[in-house]
Amino acid sequence: MRISRDDVLNWIRNCAAAVADNKEYLIQLDSDIGDGDHGANIHRGFQAVLSKLPTVADKDIGTIFKTVGFTLISTVGGASGPLYGALFMQMGTVTAGKLELTLADWAAAIEAGLNGVILRGKAILGDKTMVDALMPSAKALHEASIEGKSLPDALRTCARAAEKGMRNTIPLVAKKGRASYLGERSVGHQDPGATSSNLLLQVAVRTWTNGAS
Amino acid sequence: MKKLINEPEHIVYEELRGIAAAHPDLVEVHFDPNYIVRKGSPLKGKVGIVSGGGSGHEPMHGGFVGHGMLDAACPGAVFTSPTPDQMLEATKGVNGGAGVLHIVKNYTGDIMNFEMAADLARDEGIEVESVVINDDVAVQDSLYTAGRRGVGATVLAEKICGAAAETRRSLKDVANICRKVNDRGRSMGMALTSCIVPHAGKPTFSLAEDEMEIGIGIHGEPGRIRMKLAPADKIAEMLMTSIISDLPYKNGDEVLLFVNGMGGTPLMELYVVYNKAHEIAVKSGLKVTRNLIGSYITSLEMAGCSITLLKLDDELTRLWDAPVKTAALRWGM
Repeated sequence: MRISRDDVLNWIRNCAAAVADNKEYLIQLDSDIGDGDHGANIHRGFQAVLSKLPTVADKDIGTIFKTVGFTLISTVGGASGPLYGALFMQMGTVTAGKLELTLADWAAAIEAGLNGVILRGKAILGDKTMVDALMPSAKALHEASIEGKSLPDALRTCARAAEKGMRNTIPLVAKKGRASYLGERSVGHQDPGATSSNLLLQVAVRTWTNGAS
Repeated sequence: MKKLINEPEHIVYEELRGIAAAHPDLVEVHFDPNYIVRKGSPLKGKVGIVSGGGSGHEPMHGGFVGHGMLDAACPGAVFTSPTPDQMLEATKGVNGGAGVLHIVKNYTGDIMNFEMAADLARDEGIEVESVVINDDVAVQDSLYTAGRRGVGATVLAEKICGAAAETRRSLKDVANICRKVNDRGRSMGMALTSCIVPHAGKPTFSLAEDEMEIGIGIHGEPGRIRMKLAPADKIAEMLMTSIISDLPYKNGDEVLLFVNGMGGTPLMELYVVYNKAHEIAVKSGLKVTRNLIGSYITSLEMAGCSITLLKLDDELTRLWDAPVKTAALRWGM
C-alpha cells in the first residue's frame, strides 16, 4: 500500500478541518502557558493553505508540501509559522518529484521535517515543544519501516507515539518559547505545539486507514 | 469584553487603514504583505531601519515610522510576530543602497521570522544587520528560558539609531550604536490588570482586585512575583532597585529615565511614578539628563507601567536630541 497524491491532499484538507475543530482547545492550552494565540494562528495558516491547494493539486508531492510550508510561513507568524513552515518545507525537499509515497518515503519525510523544526527552533527532546511529539513519531515510523510493517500498522504506531509524546509534555518545565518564562509554573500543562503536532499525525492515520484500528 | 472594535479578525487591517488615513504626510501603508513605510522611501545612501512585532503595543512600531526613527514597521496579528514576507518587502522598500538594520525584540517568534527575512534579503543582495533587544531584567537570563525579553529599550534604540542613520552613518556604525543602547539599557514592568487579546475575548491572566504582578511582560507573560497592591512609590522603588542593581550604574552616570504606560494607565499616574523614580535615581548618584514619559510600548488595555534606564554618553545624548518626526514621537522639526 502506498500514499497517493490524492491521499496527501486529503490529509492536508483534513488537517485544516481538525485544526479548525480544535482551534478553541489550542487557544486554551496556549493561554495557560503561552500567549493564547496558537489556535488562531495555525487556523489562519491552514485556511490559507486550503485556498492555495487547488493551484498545486496536479503537482508532485514535494511541491505540494513546499507550498504548504511556504503558505504557513507567510500567514501564521509567531514561532509556529517558521516551525510548521520548516516541517513542511523539509518534508517537501525529500519528497520532491514523487507522485506517491511508500512507508519508507513517509518516514523519511517526517524525519526530515523534524530535523527542519530542530534546526529552526533549536529545541531538544524534553524542552516541552513540538519536538516532544514529533521525535518519537519519527522514530516509530523509521523502526516500523525497517521492520517491514504494513503502512496502516506503522501509521497507528506513529500516532500512538505522538500521543504519548504529547502527554509526556505535561510534567515538563518549558525551556523554549514564551512558556519558558513561567519556569516551574509551566509544569502540569500540556504543550500546545506538541498538541497540534500530534493532531496532524492522528489525522494521517484517520485519513489513510479509513479510521480502522 | 468591551472594546472599540468591529470584528476581532479585522482589527489590524482597520487599524492600518486608520494610520494610512491619518498620516499620509509621514507614511505609506502597504497591504498583503502588511507594512508601514516612511514616505519617500527608499532614501538613497541612507541605512534603512526596519522593526516589527505583534500588534497591540501601539504606538510601537508603526507610530515610530518617519524622519529620524524607523523607515518601516511590520505589524503582525495581535501579539504575534509578523511573517518573513512582510519583513522582506519592507526591507526591499527601504534599501537605499546602504543596507538595512533589523531591530528585533527578543521573542522566539520574532527572532525566527526576522532570521528568515534577513536570509531572504541577503539572497537578493541586500546587506542586512540584525540587532536583538533584550533589556527586561525581570527574566532571569539563563539557558533554560528564551532569554530576556525586548521591551522599553526598543523605543530608545529605534529613536537613537534613526538619528544616526539620518546623518548617513554606515550600517555597521548604526548596528553598533543599536547594540550599545541595548547593552546600556535595562527595563522592568508591572501590571495592575490584565490585557484582553481581541480574538481570545477574555483576560490573558487574572489578578485579584488587590493584587499586582511585578516583572510582567508586554504580552501578559508572568513576572517575578505576584503580590498585594502597594502604593506607587513602593512600586517605583521595586522596579528601580531591580534595574539599577542589574547594570552597575556608577556614581555620576548620566541617564535617560523612561517611564512607560502599559496602555490602561493615565499619564497622571505615570508622573507619580516618575516623581519617585527620579528621586531614587538621584539618591543613587545618577544624573537624569533626559527623560520620556508616556505610553509608547503598550500591552493593549493593561494597566501598569514599566521603567527603563539608559546610560547615556555624549553620542547617545546627541542622537536622542536630534530631530524626529513620527506619529508618536516628534521634536526639533
